[in-house]
Amino acid sequence: MTLTAAPPRTTPTSAPRPPRRRLRYAGTVAVFLLPSLIPLVLFTLVPMAGSLWVSLHEWNLIEPMRWVGLDNYGEVLADPKTRAAFLHTLTFIAGYLPLVYAGGLGLAMLLNRAMGGRNIFRAIYFLPVITSWVVVALMWKWLLNPASGIVNWALGLLGVEGPGWWTDPTWAMPSIILASAWKDLGFVMIILLAGLQAIPNEYHEAARVDGASAWQRFRRITLPLLSPSTFFVVVISLINGFQVFDQVHVMTGGGPGGATEVVVEQVYRLTFQYGRAGAASALSWLLFAVVLLVTLIQVRVQRRWVNYGY
Amino acid sequence: MASAFPVSKALKYLLVVGGALVMLFPFAWAVITSITPGGSVLASPPDFTPEGANLGAYGKLLEVTPFWRILLNSAWIGAASTILQLVTSAMAAYAFARLPFPGRGALFAVYLATLMVPLQVLIVPLFIEMRTFNLIDTYFAVLAPTIASAFGVFLLRQAIAQVPKEFDEAAVLDGAGHFRIFALIVVPLIRPALATFAIFGFMASWNSYLWPLVIIKSPEFMTLPLGLAELHGRFTTEWNVVMAGSVVSVVPILILYLFAQKHVIASVAQSGLK
Repeated sequence: MTLTAAPPRTTPTSAPRPPRRRLRYAGTVAVFLLPSLIPLVLFTLVPMAGSLWVSLHEWNLIEPMRWVGLDNYGEVLADPKTRAAFLHTLTFIAGYLPLVYAGGLGLAMLLNRAMGGRNIFRAIYFLPVITSWVVVALMWKWLLNPASGIVNWALGLLGVEGPGWWTDPTWAMPSIILASAWKDLGFVMIILLAGLQAIPNEYHEAARVDGASAWQRFRRITLPLLSPSTFFVVVISLINGFQVFDQVHVMTGGGPGGATEVVVEQVYRLTFQYGRAGAASALSWLLFAVVLLVTLIQVRVQRRWVNYGY
Repeated sequence: MASAFPVSKALKYLLVVGGALVMLFPFAWAVITSITPGGSVLASPPDFTPEGANLGAYGKLLEVTPFWRILLNSAWIGAASTILQLVTSAMAAYAFARLPFPGRGALFAVYLATLMVPLQVLIVPLFIEMRTFNLIDTYFAVLAPTIASAFGVFLLRQAIAQVPKEFDEAAVLDGAGHFRIFALIVVPLIRPALATFAIFGFMASWNSYLWPLVIIKSPEFMTLPLGLAELHGRFTTEWNVVMAGSVVSVVPILILYLFAQKHVIASVAQSGLK
């Protein structure tokens, strides 16, 4: 390319232009932006506004809407079923998160050091992550089948009488937690493994020279330096945990006797079974507010325990 | 850390292999169950080498549901959703990274805000929107919410921002407009980010359950998760048929995964490092 006497052409980003070129520029921006913006408006922003609007009405999706102001919010907040749904959701999180984090961390630490076939193991652990929730839920529902499931058969070999799993109100949530942790273990492991590999080996070497025990090195070096990855796992798991639905809907449908009725299950039921679209929308916004609040708190609190910069 | 206390290499391998078996066994058991003849599925003790193993459950699967069609639906909806998201997100990301316009920052903030709104908040009005336009039980309805992706715009904008501006400027001197810069310079340079996003997009579509559950009623428009859940609802105790369906629906994504495995894992690993 040889450019000698030609006047410097303006770069596409420089500002003042003659009107015709400005119009053309606006057209260019529109062409780049609108394919994304139009669907975003139609299928996200309008429904968002619509959801707020619906939440202020009593509506069974068929008859005309009836304005009720904030009544739906009041009702949903006072409804013991809401409290139960949040409690079940929190129970799910309380079981799922420690299990998936401890398991993922254990696997990540095992795989952190070079070993034969490491990539194969990593790929195997990740396999459930790419499997859909519905398939995972069905496979586990079958494994945990009370009468003819293989898990109870294996427990029987050990002399333990297996519980009724998803048919038993006490064991239904643990069944869902087990299936969920199994599915996400590989995901958590990959995140934590990447975090572990970013920790310079010299730190461990130096500590070892100073005579630190394995436990001390784990407590004082690995865990603090892994905290950004831990933070990511916790934030993502909590956001997903509050929205748990697929595996619950397939494994128990909220049962038995409402024992696993989580918040999104409740939203689904209110809308499509009880014809309470307004209450359902109010509940979904309540859930959104809770997730937002929990996430914001975590972002605030992270300064106290998350260690960026080595 | 493993090396400090004298955990032998053998024990470590034992744990890793044991873990791998726990991950693989449910899949293996699904395959075994799917070839077990109907009469002996519920037999106790479970049979690891079922007598008279056959593909009867797969035959029944095809008989009671339009399963090929459902599989094809999932495949093409996944592909279409991925391609649409890639195109719309990459173009919008280019606008946000390279084309200054009034209100750009505010609009980007709106995009980011939508990232936080979960699907279930949108479900009721989306359903009503689709009903108003008579789109219930159509492919379009399944695809619609996945055409634009705020996550994709965010991810790809970051990638485009890292492309040195000198590249565009050189192209401008050569007389290239934005479309050529986008297609010939930016897109090739952000291929890794596009691949990452494509993987996430396809997996999200392939696994999506709640929205299809709400919007699809007829078997011929169902996607795999919905078809499987529906199959399970009808054949509650015929686990060989349900497992046959599960196996068939895992195989395509498994093949894709075997090819893209390294890239998939690298993408996920990276997402946690930011």
